[in-house]
Amino acid sequence: MTARTLILVEHDRREVKRPSLHAITTARALGGDYALLLLGQGLDEMASSLVSYGAAAVLVADDEALAEPLADRYAVVIAQAAQKLGATTLIGHSSTFCKDILPRAAALLDAPMLTDVVAIEEKDGATTYQRPVSAGTMLATVQLAGEKRVLIIRASAFAAPATDAASSPIERLEVDGSSLPGGTRFVSREERVSDRPDLTEARVVIGGGRPLRDKESFDRLVGGLADLLGGAIGATRAAVDTGLAPNDCQIGQTGKVIAPELYIALGISGAIQHLAGIKDSRVIVAINKDPDAPIFQMATYGLVGDVHQVVPQLIKALQQS
Amino acid sequence: MTEPIAKILVPFKSVPDPYAEATPGGSASTAKAVINPFDEIAIEEALRIRERGEATEIVGLTIGPAAVDEQVRAALAMGVDRAVRVDDARALDPYAVARILRAAVEKEAPQVVLMGKQAVDDDSNQAGQMLAGLLGWPQATFVSKIELLENGARACCTRETDGGLEVIEVNLPAIVTTDLRLNEPRYVSLPGLMKARKKPIEVLTCEQLGVQVEPLTTTLSIARPPKRAAGARVESVEELVRKLKEEAKVI
Ligand SMILES: Cc1cc2nc3c(=O)[nH]c(=O)nc-3n(C[C@H](O)[C@H](O)[C@H](O)COP(=O)(O)OP(=O)(O)OC[C@H]3O[C@@H](n4cnc5c(N)ncnc54)[C@H](O)[C@@H]3O)c2cc1C
Ligand SMILES: Nc1ncnc2c1ncn2[C@@H]1O[C@H](COP(=O)(O)O)[C@@H](O)[C@H]1O
Repeated sequence: MTARTLILVEHDRREVKRPSLHAITTARALGGDYALLLLGQGLDEMASSLVSYGAAAVLVADDEALAEPLADRYAVVIAQAAQKLGATTLIGHSSTFCKDILPRAAALLDAPMLTDVVAIEEKDGATTYQRPVSAGTMLATVQLAGEKRVLIIRASAFAAPATDAASSPIERLEVDGSSLPGGTRFVSREERVSDRPDLTEARVVIGGGRPLRDKESFDRLVGGLADLLGGAIGATRAAVDTGLAPNDCQIGQTGKVIAPELYIALGISGAIQHLAGIKDSRVIVAINKDPDAPIFQMATYGLVGDVHQVVPQLIKALQQS
Repeated sequence: MTEPIAKILVPFKSVPDPYAEATPGGSASTAKAVINPFDEIAIEEALRIRERGEATEIVGLTIGPAAVDEQVRAALAMGVDRAVRVDDARALDPYAVARILRAAVEKEAPQVVLMGKQAVDDDSNQAGQMLAGLLGWPQATFVSKIELLENGARACCTRETDGGLEVIEVNLPAIVTTDLRLNEPRYVSLPGLMKARKKPIEVLTCEQLGVQVEPLTTTLSIARPPKRAAGARVESVEELVRKLKEEAKVI
């Protein structure tokens, strides 16, 4: 079996992460056959959920040695799979999982790599890629040398893939656990259970900044509004640093990039590093007591006011309507 | 207390001040250069490890032209013991950086390479993982806590991932990349900077390191993305709710 493109599919041990499937849209646009790759342990159900995306195969590396996503092992298995397929393109999506593992795989494959690709253009036989740089204040157009490439795409820049009637074969990859690197050991993971939608997949996101002051206010105002609108909660670096919200809530250049229908920024100044993560939201609402706060330059609707007064009013108004 | 683990190598990059854009009229092209914030965090962490008596030497290393010597001095002023600049003025991609760093690691033989998770100018988030792949060393990326175990045989690292915090242990030698919440870098004093002016900077070429690399990525152009149009002010909560319902139709 051969395929031009290999797509790394991410999951959380229960289900496939939907944004990682947007790489299928990228692969289709690039042309040629593509295979999907799942790594982990106990993957049968997730593999079955992937057979209707028109892939030449759903490859499954299912082994005890891969139970946890350790970069040194995963990179070896991914690079071997790419070589076996003769794949010249390897694609993942912008997540800490792919960013941890794919650059390592790129080095093993001796391939150039781009992260956060938002557009690909093929013209006169040459391919150019666009990606934001300098906290999204600039957009770079880049070219790659050679045949091989590793791409990490921004899921929000590529549509969710349509499913296909045909069924892709599921193929197991032989994994020899004893031959994989053994220098890394998984110790623990903090499992956070939340009834709220995933930040990067939510239709509505409520973001809180430093002036939320304490965890109680953050949960009551940001959390309260989120629950009312069925949204996810996000935060600025300042809010995370001061312990108002967990680290995985950080939105921005060095946190998560979101593209919801509605983003409501509560007490957020609008530093470029934060804006880098919210620019693609369809509607942005900002509530800030400083009429000159930079966030207002980006907001669809701006309301000047104190979050501690305005947000309870907003919650009440929404409950009544 | 553990025995010192000998040597930490800290690769760092000179970047335009990330706070410059935030000031009106400021832009990356006119901003003064600084040490990449994530690399400053890496230097700080190395200093703290040495101050705990767990490391004997910290070597700072940057790849760049003579113009970045100012940031090399800043690293010396923070307290790195020795600084190396690999003289290369080309626009390098992370893979080229990683291949040069591999040669430097082979020369310096550190037990830990502590570096930033990403350079805030190219925002690639690649070089550390690539270096780990080239060397075949374990890696711990996006780290917000490091503890050395068993006389520096292993390191226990807390990682900031999309799903929350994760803890892994890596055998040394290893590559560790830093996240924002690992520490807050110390302030560099003026006397410290003055003293650093007198410390030597070792300048090496790629040739002297025995490495030949050509970048595989070429930036054709960099432009400002289309600006998002500024919206409207609303005067009250009622007006906001009405607009969200009737105009934007999002709730
Ligand atoms: C390398 C690097 C990476 C970074 N990455 C990120 C990132 O990924 N994400 C991120 O968010 N930041 C990031 N930052 C930090 C960023 O530069 C800002 O410092 C941060 O976003 C500011 O957070 P804030 O808006 O909550 O706080 P502040 O800047 O303190 O702003 C608070 C705002 O709230 C307003 N306010 C105060 N009180 C009230 C009130 N009672 N009611 C209403 N409004 C009020 C103020 O007018 C102000 O505008 C990064 C910085 C660096 C250097
Ligand atoms: N020119 C350079 N010299 C030294 N280290 C570098 C250089 N470029 C990148 N690095 C290191 O690689 C890390 C990741 O960079 P990047 O992959 O470009 O985002 C940075 O935080 C630095 O530690």
